[in-house]
Amino acid sequence: MHPVLFTVLQRLGLGLLTLFIVSIIIFSSIALLPGDFGQQVLGQAALPETVEAFRRELGLDKPAWIRYLDWIAAVLQGDLGNSFSGRASSGSDASRSVWELLAPRLSNTLFLAGFTAMIAVPLSLFLGITAALKRNSVYDRTVNAVTLTTISFPEFFLAYLLIVVLAGIFPTLSNVTPDMSLGDRILKIALPSLTMTLVIVAHMMRMTRAALINLLASPYIEMAQLKGASRAKVIMKHALPNAWAPIATVIAFNLAYLVVGVVVVEVVFVYPGIGQLMVDSVSSRDIPVAQACALIFAATYILLNLMADVIGIVTNPRLLHPR
Amino acid sequence: MTEEPQTYSAAGEVGQVRMRRSYGERVWIALKKAPISAWFGMIVIAFYAFVAIFGPFLAPYGEAEVFAKADEPWTVFGGDPAHFFGTDQIGRDVLTRLIYGARNTIGIALVTTLLSFLIGGSLGLVAAINRSWLDQILSRGVDVLMSIPSLIFALMLLSIFGSSIPSLVMIIAILDSTRVFRLTRSVAANVVVMDYVEAARLRGEGIGWIMRKEILPNIMPPLVAEFGLRFSFVFLTIASLSFLGLGIQPPTADWGSMVRDGSRFIQFVAYDWTLALPSLLPAGAVALLTVAVNFVVDWFLHKTSGLRDDH
Repeated sequence: MHPVLFTVLQRLGLGLLTLFIVSIIIFSSIALLPGDFGQQVLGQAALPETVEAFRRELGLDKPAWIRYLDWIAAVLQGDLGNSFSGRASSGSDASRSVWELLAPRLSNTLFLAGFTAMIAVPLSLFLGITAALKRNSVYDRTVNAVTLTTISFPEFFLAYLLIVVLAGIFPTLSNVTPDMSLGDRILKIALPSLTMTLVIVAHMMRMTRAALINLLASPYIEMAQLKGASRAKVIMKHALPNAWAPIATVIAFNLAYLVVGVVVVEVVFVYPGIGQLMVDSVSSRDIPVAQACALIFAATYILLNLMADVIGIVTNPRLLHPR
Repeated sequence: MTEEPQTYSAAGEVGQVRMRRSYGERVWIALKKAPISAWFGMIVIAFYAFVAIFGPFLAPYGEAEVFAKADEPWTVFGGDPAHFFGTDQIGRDVLTRLIYGARNTIGIALVTTLLSFLIGGSLGLVAAINRSWLDQILSRGVDVLMSIPSLIFALMLLSIFGSSIPSLVMIIAILDSTRVFRLTRSVAANVVVMDYVEAARLRGEGIGWIMRKEILPNIMPPLVAEFGLRFSFVFLTIASLSFLGLGIQPPTADWGSMVRDGSRFIQFVAYDWTLALPSLLPAGAVALLTVAVNFVVDWFLHKTSGLRDDH
């Protein structure tokens, strides 16, 4: 077997294993709940029979590993269970399925994250590469100082600063609805995506710069310069092939970061996304919804990091042409 | 009459004028060479520390003291001169809340970071020395924990254990200790193979001695820098969680929840920008401290190694 294929398969296997363990961790969170939360969810007035029925619905009368298998099988078929909210102590059950709550918000979040990535990735790669090429120049130092500052700002501070500066131009509430046109939607998410762009660009630009500087310091680049290759050729032919791996890692890492950063920004701008749903479900202790959100966030994060790994392997010249 | 020996030694010559600098002098020389950004950072950190420690003496009123008029603007914008930064939504003095907030937010972040270094650092050292099944188990476990974004993990755990300060500290400390573990293990792994560690082991020192006396002093600089970075990260995480309403709970004053409380009028900022001030003020306090810590860490890393993994 080709060594690249082998390594890629190995990484994929490892990724699947990680997902499996993460799903166990997320699942076992429900087992860690203190005391009898059937009573808590349904209220003090709930009849013992109602509580019993609720416990049976959650499968609390079965051993943990059977519950896990049931749960994971249902999740793989797209059934994330029912929310805890909407259950009355009388036993009437008006709870909605988690997927019903999740689906519209998931697409909103993906829209926001995707739009931000489309702006942030090219911008930060450009800034990072130019800063690395003009290392220690005034330009490099300025970009560095600015990004170091924005990195250290909490997202909500950046968000409120932007609101103060740009409130007259862009709407400060990002309450998108499904029947809005694309233009309206983009206008609504201008401020949240700008906030995230600032954070992401800072991270990504610094990492790109560091990766490239590392590379440009290596002896074979010096050799290429000494033998008289043009600047463009040194970059395109010698530096870039080895730079793809770190750059891909940087991009995937930051997209993964985007997934997390979205939580705070969504809350600031009241954007109906999955991050806000998770915060709401955590504060009302709606465990099935929180679990589903955590699972989606974790899976996205793991898959993106896995993708970065695979791209790094596939584009690595040393692995592609083994001696 | 005995002949003076006519040999010349450069070391002797230098030795006559050489004087050993005391620790304080060396620190002072290093500080004099520090760039402006580092100085700025250190002054800001000192100021915050002062406010945090002497908070109760500096604050004009009590932590949760309620006054008659709520949502008073700043004095400079026509508010009551008794409340410099105005009052919040139930009439508590904002300046007082800010000062007490420094104490609570910084204190909790500091305790959390210390705890995470205690856990992550000692496990990392053990893993680096042990290098057997224990190392494998710990490293794989940390890999799994790190594959879940820490804010999401913290949110999920908080949904289970509820938002009390002890559970907040424990959850974030454990999640954050994974990073400390990785760093400590990788730095310590280079030191463990040194001859003097081998010698210590051969003369029968226990694992505790080797950790504290042989390895720890040699990996201090990266750990100290990491402490700064982790502190600002933990500080931001706690502030974010409080901002989301899941961290430090009222009536304890804290910057994250002050930002949240202040943001009620945020959609009217387009008409009156001073409405953003109640959330900008605590958010700015958080931002200033993290910027200051980052500046100092940046300088420290440059000074001690010149190496830095940038992110």
